[in-house]
Amino acid sequence: MADLLRLENVSKVYSRGLLHAQSNVALSDFSLTLREDEPTILTVAGESGSGKTTLAMLLLGFTQPTTGRIIYRGRDISTLRGADKMAYRREVQAVFQDPFAVFNPFYTVDHLLTVPIQRFKLAKSKADARAKMEEALTAVGLRPEDILGRFPHQLSGGQRQRINVARALLLKPKLLIADEPVSMVDASLRATILETLRNLQRDHGVSIIYITHDLTTAYHIAKSIIVLYRGSVMEAGDVDTVIKDPQHPYTQLLVDSIPWPNLDQRWGAQPIKAREAGGGGSGCRFRSRCPQAMDICATEPPLFEISPTHTASCFLHHKQPEVAMERLSQLLPA
Amino acid sequence: MNIMQSAAEPRPQIRPLGTMATDPILHVRNLEVTYYTDSGRAKALDNVSFTLNAGEKLGMVGESGSGKSTLALAMMRMIKPPGRIEGGQVIVGDVDLMALDQEGMRNARLSRIAYIPQGAMNSLNPVMRIGAQMADAVRSHLPNEPKPAIEARCKRALQSVDLDASVFRMYAHELSGGMKQRVCIAIGILLDPDVIIADEPTSALDVVTQRQVMETIDNVQKAINAAVILIGHDMGLMAQFVDRVAVMYAGRLVEMSTVREMFTDPKHPYSRALIESLPSLDNKGVFQGIPGLAPSLLRLPSGCAFHPRCASVMPVCSTTRPEAQILPGGRSVTCHLYDGEV
Repeated sequence: MADLLRLENVSKVYSRGLLHAQSNVALSDFSLTLREDEPTILTVAGESGSGKTTLAMLLLGFTQPTTGRIIYRGRDISTLRGADKMAYRREVQAVFQDPFAVFNPFYTVDHLLTVPIQRFKLAKSKADARAKMEEALTAVGLRPEDILGRFPHQLSGGQRQRINVARALLLKPKLLIADEPVSMVDASLRATILETLRNLQRDHGVSIIYITHDLTTAYHIAKSIIVLYRGSVMEAGDVDTVIKDPQHPYTQLLVDSIPWPNLDQRWGAQPIKAREAGGGGSGCRFRSRCPQAMDICATEPPLFEISPTHTASCFLHHKQPEVAMERLSQLLPA
Repeated sequence: MNIMQSAAEPRPQIRPLGTMATDPILHVRNLEVTYYTDSGRAKALDNVSFTLNAGEKLGMVGESGSGKSTLALAMMRMIKPPGRIEGGQVIVGDVDLMALDQEGMRNARLSRIAYIPQGAMNSLNPVMRIGAQMADAVRSHLPNEPKPAIEARCKRALQSVDLDASVFRMYAHELSGGMKQRVCIAIGILLDPDVIIADEPTSALDVVTQRQVMETIDNVQKAINAAVILIGHDMGLMAQFVDRVAVMYAGRLVEMSTVREMFTDPKHPYSRALIESLPSLDNKGVFQGIPGLAPSLLRLPSGCAFHPRCASVMPVCSTTRPEAQILPGGRSVTCHLYDGEV
């Protein structure tokens, strides 16, 4: 039962200023374990500034954690060198938000696929490389003859985003980090891309960390969800339970604000308190906006276990047993 | 909370007293826009007509490239070459915007018809204070307004979108995305326009901020009784916000009906596919996209532009272009399926 990826009490603090140093906690004391033998789709949800993209950057090794360790298959990723580092780079892949910005307009889209093939020496011959590219494109529901040899501007946003998924697939990753992959794509194409991602997990055994602010798509694609707010876990668990019966006031606000395409399910009437700019302060980070804030909220709330697949970090549930952060992953169904 | 109350707006009264709220404030008739590109002519708007009442909210949905934003720009007469408005009328109140001269149109923008652009994040000037940008807009329409009155008007507009009056002294970088978007709305309502066009005002914002911005638009719209056109592709947002929905496909309006009719009984096969592709709480894990791709405007399919993707395609669809028809009940649909019903 090997762990594919383990985050141990990872924090990321961005500091600026020399004399009047200001620090901004982007991710605070976050632990998570993904198992190698059970590919899953985990959603990390939250609004802008919740730390979800910081998490992606940490997992991809683009930034280093301020404290804590990220262990990939038993080894700290900051110590990986040479061939090990290359293996990590190949096995952890990303699909980014903007399908327009990731292509170089001077090259045909083949470039995006041939570079990783050369870099990681995936093919023995040109014909083999071509076959691999066609296989990957077919797997994401594109017709290779429509795609290969074309320039990015000749393709739609949905096609480009699927090429990105195909590129990731080509490398046979163990883990795919999808940072808002559908937020810039037309609503009618979202379904297709999400289906592609889900098939990737089901048929190719790839674990996916799906980062989004859109709980609707999260609900449809993921098995489990972690809701972040200003770098702290607010609520986590089985995606059905969390979205249909949210227990944390912040998740309730999020779910309440989903514009469901249903005339009988209106937006909540609860007024929204504006988010205060700046400092973190102590205690529950959602305190200043929370309609049910209490005095005790000035101390940091631990995670409380609401059910075996549901946990919330809120004193409203203080009667439930506490859960250590390290045990968070055990409450997420695979 | 009428921000125009103290204004001495030098414009003819175009909402005479006693006008029923149900009288259309906006008529768009046969609007046509063509882009003359190197690879051919692309008809981005093809004979688009609709009306809108004061205080009504219309949602304009369609895929990228269906002509939604072109419609907004054409109504503002802001189409740039190689695009050209080929014909049609945009009548706000009793004035045809297309017949105005340049100066007249410049005056009509913001005072009769306001545009909240897509990606409002990037539409504020980073080196000017918010207040200076707002005052600019007012001064160009009301050159004789004294400075304190302009400032008061701007601050009232900021307050009506739930921003603190201190934002007047701030720069764009000091504001969050949602606040910038609300500044753009505040600029849009400065001169109490009759029609507000909001082009995907929330596409870059997260759900909570999106809800706040939409509620802001809703409030100011009620306060000044303006007609609102909300452009977007998020049907969920439409269900929460608008009264009527218009669906565009390849430059044409293919269906227009009330939001309830659209969600309970969409008529056009494209609208039906759009509604069915929506995620809801009941159909977890079902992904139903619309097959095929939006056609290129340079090479439109013959007959009905949707026929290669249509689930209920008939032989007539590939040969004859359907025309808009009014179904019993007043909704309009452009599809051969309903040829016999008129």
